[in-house]
Amino acid sequence: MDTTITTYTRIRRQGILSNDQLFYEHNGEAATFAGDAYKHLQLSYPKFHKMDLLCKAGLLATETALKDHASFQSLDMSRVAIVLANRASSLETDRQHQRSISDKSNYFPSPAVFVYTLPNIVIGEIAIKYKITGENAFFVCEHFDAALLHDYAETLLKSEHTDAVLAGWTDVDQGLTDTLIYLVERSTDSNKNTNFKPHSFETINQLYTL
Amino acid sequence: MIFASSYHNIISPLGLNSHENYEAVHSGTSPIKQHLFSFSADPFCVAHIDDSLIARATSCVKHAEKHTRLELLSLLSIQDVLQQSGINAGDKDLGLIYTTTKGNIDLLEGDHPGIDPNRVYLPVFANYLKQQLGLVNIPLVVSNACISGLLGIIMAQRFIEQKRCRHVIVCGGDILSEFTLSGFKSFNALSPEPCKPFDANRTGINLGEAVSSILITADETLAGHEKTQLVRGASANDANHISGPSRTGDGLLQAIQQTLVAGETLPGFISAHGTATPYNDEMESIAFERAGLTTMPVNSLKGYYGHTLGAAGVLETVISLMALHRQTFIKSAGYESKGVSGQIQLIDKTSPGTISSFLKTASGFGGCNGAALFMKA
Amino acid sequence: MDALIEKLKTQIIEQLNLAEVKPADINPDAPLFGDGLGLDSIDALELIVLLEKHYGIKIQDPKDGKTIFQSVRTMAEYIKSQGKS
Repeated sequence: MDTTITTYTRIRRQGILSNDQLFYEHNGEAATFAGDAYKHLQLSYPKFHKMDLLCKAGLLATETALKDHASFQSLDMSRVAIVLANRASSLETDRQHQRSISDKSNYFPSPAVFVYTLPNIVIGEIAIKYKITGENAFFVCEHFDAALLHDYAETLLKSEHTDAVLAGWTDVDQGLTDTLIYLVERSTDSNKNTNFKPHSFETINQLYTL
Repeated sequence: MIFASSYHNIISPLGLNSHENYEAVHSGTSPIKQHLFSFSADPFCVAHIDDSLIARATSCVKHAEKHTRLELLSLLSIQDVLQQSGINAGDKDLGLIYTTTKGNIDLLEGDHPGIDPNRVYLPVFANYLKQQLGLVNIPLVVSNACISGLLGIIMAQRFIEQKRCRHVIVCGGDILSEFTLSGFKSFNALSPEPCKPFDANRTGINLGEAVSSILITADETLAGHEKTQLVRGASANDANHISGPSRTGDGLLQAIQQTLVAGETLPGFISAHGTATPYNDEMESIAFERAGLTTMPVNSLKGYYGHTLGAAGVLETVISLMALHRQTFIKSAGYESKGVSGQIQLIDKTSPGTISSFLKTASGFGGCNGAALFMKA
Repeated sequence: MDALIEKLKTQIIEQLNLAEVKPADINPDAPLFGDGLGLDSIDALELIVLLEKHYGIKIQDPKDGKTIFQSVRTMAEYIKSQGKS
């Protein structure tokens, strides 16, 4: 079975790169990245502001990757999987929750913070925005692991229940984001013609080093 | 064929191995007790592992103080499975999947002399287990809310089929911490009484703590004396709300429909998630009814253990595997009268029966759901 | 009362991260939940935290939230009735 990466977005400190084009360049403070990118994308999704940075980064990357990928909407969303990984799990938000309970005289744990103390919430946020209901997986690894992401996506695509896998890495630690989101589909003549990127360890690693 | 072997372990308030645990569950013991915590004016119930039990477990461990609580329990649990199965920790065909929601989250608070604070990072924690056990392959951590444990088992099957490894130990663990207790408290989700899954008077969850491990293998000689086939499993997302379950059970229904194939014999019972929150149990009952499982006996084991988060899927699978081979339906503890709208049959008494397979399900924050089918081999 | 309503609007926007909403956008008599501000179950829990944090009011039964959180005005009236404004 041939599989293709049909669209991708890479987010780093400096900006957003999507399908070989610099989509957004960030010159401000790291802390304003997500909000500024949201404005640049002209998104209208008020829920965005309630999310933690991990979810914001995952959502911005997915939005950028899918917005010009018209054929995505023709997929059956119950057959689209989301497979993500990172290193720091939800630690950034964990620390925030911990701060809210460290002072016994000012003890106000926030449910809106606590709900983000699970890394797979970013999968949930992406699923809600695009109505994706297929397989889910969130791995936590020491390093970006192209082989793991590749192999697990291939396993799902070989099954009878999955047609596409939204995969990648989204890590937030000490205010810095490091995100790569890409879509893997079975190869067809049309998706092989334009901007062809075979789904392989090499391609995934190349995209991550962009 | 992939086997869910009979080499498994549970360390919980009910005991240090799966047999102690099964006997306690079979006799209807529950360790769930009311506690008053400094951060809450009102008491609520938890299932906490007694220090005396930990002391019994650690009497044979050298330098136990250099491990965190979760590391210590995890090492003991995995070592038990290695010993039972006779697999060498250094076997290059052996993989470890560790499933957890919060890992060493207690390291975020206070001083922990002699313990590297970086072990709050899940991969660093997993790597520590690898070094202590002498494993060859880097462990994989799965953190997918409350379906983590069950999803880890489903992944083990997929990795073995893909020949990434031949045997996988899936270990699930989470400990009680002020971190999670205060969070669930802010959700108004904690019950002051022992939890009552699917009951009309249910008032929320009890948090528990446990570590549970099981060997999943393609090697029939390592399947143990109680052989069970791990037939298949699936996960699905509600795409509805990050903390509230779908009102219609769509995601759980999809996971079940992909796990149960038309024409195959229906499973003998369902080990449900059953957290005892109003919405979760209602959602599950609707999904089971929509899946056509209206006459199937259902239990939740949360009434014995509380909600053990990342451990739950593994722990509840292990107890269900033992019940399967002992031909026993385990009572859904805490259940008295039906309090869900979906047509389902709760097991109200631990009793003998003829069982050849069971379905395990789980659902969690982030809208995730999982299901897996196990069959006597 | 009006001053309390205005203060509450600002606190709600801050506590619930309603970044695209301005105080003037909130009609004090419009339902907080449902279409209006698009609030959900987590927001309802956050409003309970807001009352405790800023006004020292503890809602014992979360079900009471349904009536208290109908609108900004009902919230303000509740705070007054507790003598905490």
